[in-house]
Amino acid sequence: MQNVLDRITANPKFLEFVAMRSRYSIIMAIISASAYYGFILLVAFNKEFLATKMGPGMTTSIGVPIGVGVIAFTILLTWIYVRRANTEFDAINESLIKEAQK
Amino acid sequence: MTKFTKILAGLLAMAVAGGAIAAGADLGKTAKQATNWTAIVMFGIFVGGTLFITKWAASQTKTAADFYTGGGGITGFQNGLAIAGDYMSAASFLGISGLVFANGFDGLIFSIGWLVGWPVITFLMAERLRNLGKFTFADVASYRFAQTPVRIFAASASLVIVAFYMIAQMVGAGQLIKVLFGMDYLYAEILVGTVMMMYVLFGGMTATTWVQIIKACMLLAGATFMAVSVLLQFGFSPEALFLKATEVHAKKDALMSPGALIKDPVSAISVGMALMFGTAGLPHILMRFFTVPNAKEARKSVAWATTWIGYFYILTFIIGFGAITNLVTNPTDFYVGGELAKGLKGGGNMAAVHLAKAVGGDLFLGFISAVAFATILAVVAGLTLSGASAVSHDLYASVFNKGCSSEQELRVSKITTVCLGILAVVLGIAFEKENVAYMVMLAFVIACSSNFPVLFMSVLWKNCTTRGAVVGGFVGLASAVILTIGSASVWEAVMLNPKGSAWFPYNSAAIFSMTAAFVTIWLVSILDNSAQAQKERALYPAQQLRSETGLGASGASGH
Repeated sequence: MQNVLDRITANPKFLEFVAMRSRYSIIMAIISASAYYGFILLVAFNKEFLATKMGPGMTTSIGVPIGVGVIAFTILLTWIYVRRANTEFDAINESLIKEAQK
Repeated sequence: MTKFTKILAGLLAMAVAGGAIAAGADLGKTAKQATNWTAIVMFGIFVGGTLFITKWAASQTKTAADFYTGGGGITGFQNGLAIAGDYMSAASFLGISGLVFANGFDGLIFSIGWLVGWPVITFLMAERLRNLGKFTFADVASYRFAQTPVRIFAASASLVIVAFYMIAQMVGAGQLIKVLFGMDYLYAEILVGTVMMMYVLFGGMTATTWVQIIKACMLLAGATFMAVSVLLQFGFSPEALFLKATEVHAKKDALMSPGALIKDPVSAISVGMALMFGTAGLPHILMRFFTVPNAKEARKSVAWATTWIGYFYILTFIIGFGAITNLVTNPTDFYVGGELAKGLKGGGNMAAVHLAKAVGGDLFLGFISAVAFATILAVVAGLTLSGASAVSHDLYASVFNKGCSSEQELRVSKITTVCLGILAVVLGIAFEKENVAYMVMLAFVIACSSNFPVLFMSVLWKNCTTRGAVVGGFVGLASAVILTIGSASVWEAVMLNPKGSAWFPYNSAAIFSMTAAFVTIWLVSILDNSAQAQKERALYPAQQLRSETGLGASGASGH
């Protein structure tokens, strides 16, 4: 077992893979945080924009689809990450382990 | 009645197991309503069914691993529902729909805040937690560190978070049951405490998870029914719903725009930070990652949890507006004395409950009331389990009696469960008349300033050391508590100091206390050049290998 561990750690592909995946998750975290803080900053600084009506004579303000959109976007982002991690990343992960066990 | 006599009364009542003691003077914030038999019968069915599951779960719970993680055999989808169940408390169902009922759009801003923590957990924590941990998040935080100090820190922070979260739930439970079931506050507390203790004590994580899943399904089904009924009234046109709401509500068109909820940008960002990172530091949420067999399922759990929670918040928005159009137009049935000026019967948080009656009659009202009660029960059970594991796994088995057997550890967790259950009832009674609105937020602020930074740095930063993690974690914990005491919601609303005298000007301490924790961990760690620190840094590659690949991860626990 120790041999396998050493071989994986020594494999440059492993470090590359870890760096790539960390970068991806940090970028995703930044995107989701920006969506949320973008919305909050609108609430703090530009209430008028969020109160704008969707169309002439309408009651629904533009803030409603934006708010619901932030929720939907958050869910979507989570699934995009999980799908990629559970297929692509896990496959690379397994091949790295297999390579080291040879 | 003083606090002390209240506690005494509570203990006495427990001793005779809910016997006929007329001690619970009824002067709380909510008025007791007439006994609601439909709700009580439905709740009885729920409790009966879940206790049956507990009986089955008890036969599966033999080792400490079964108790903490349900044997690790829960799928990602099931666990996602259970996590969503832990998160969708009665406060978020009744509170957010009540907020929408009162302020419209502001309620949506609030609910979005509660969702944003989930992507952070998914992207940064879920698989690493699963790969490194076994029973509690302290397993992860202490992976390459000195066990004793890190475990003591993790257990203290967890117990403080659990305590605040629990008090808020127990007080909410008592107030709610008084309104929904027409039951005395005191009996309500004892009932919640007793049933919850039975779940945890006999069924451990298996029972707690299934109670949570059943409750999540009931809550989602009930909320969906209400939202669809409301939309049906308006031919599935949200525009028509909003139009009618702005016509009948006193705030008129202001309902559709952001109001006074967010006062200054610093508070807005600070509250956002607490919600975003606090979720990733709540012990009862974190321990759910150890109930699934591997990292793949752990990721699926959070994705499902995020989906259900997000869907649920969209429903509460519709429910809030539906409550406006259905209740304001019918003051005779839903308002005190039939007058709009006197407010909703049972208080502003009852909007969703009254709407249930408006769209589904007494039977559905009974169902929603039972769901609200079941929600509190399930959340309190999850909190108790995480508190018990902090004591038995992190303190007893890892610090005070290293190398104890699984049976001994299990016995300690059961004893702790009973103690925590009694404590929950006593605190619930002691805080009956207190303002507990700040407590859930405080739990989040503490979580994002203590557990989260320690977990994050220990897993992702090579140079982090025991000293840095423990000192930084305690600095975050202390500053979160001290600054919250100085904010208006505690200094003025709870400690009754004159208005304007609060010395901490923002709504949430997170931006300062979380920064303090991270900076302290960093500073103390880089200044730490002890032999122990060198050893811990040398262990990082091995930890990284396991956290990233899952090699050597504790398998489905309880194998």
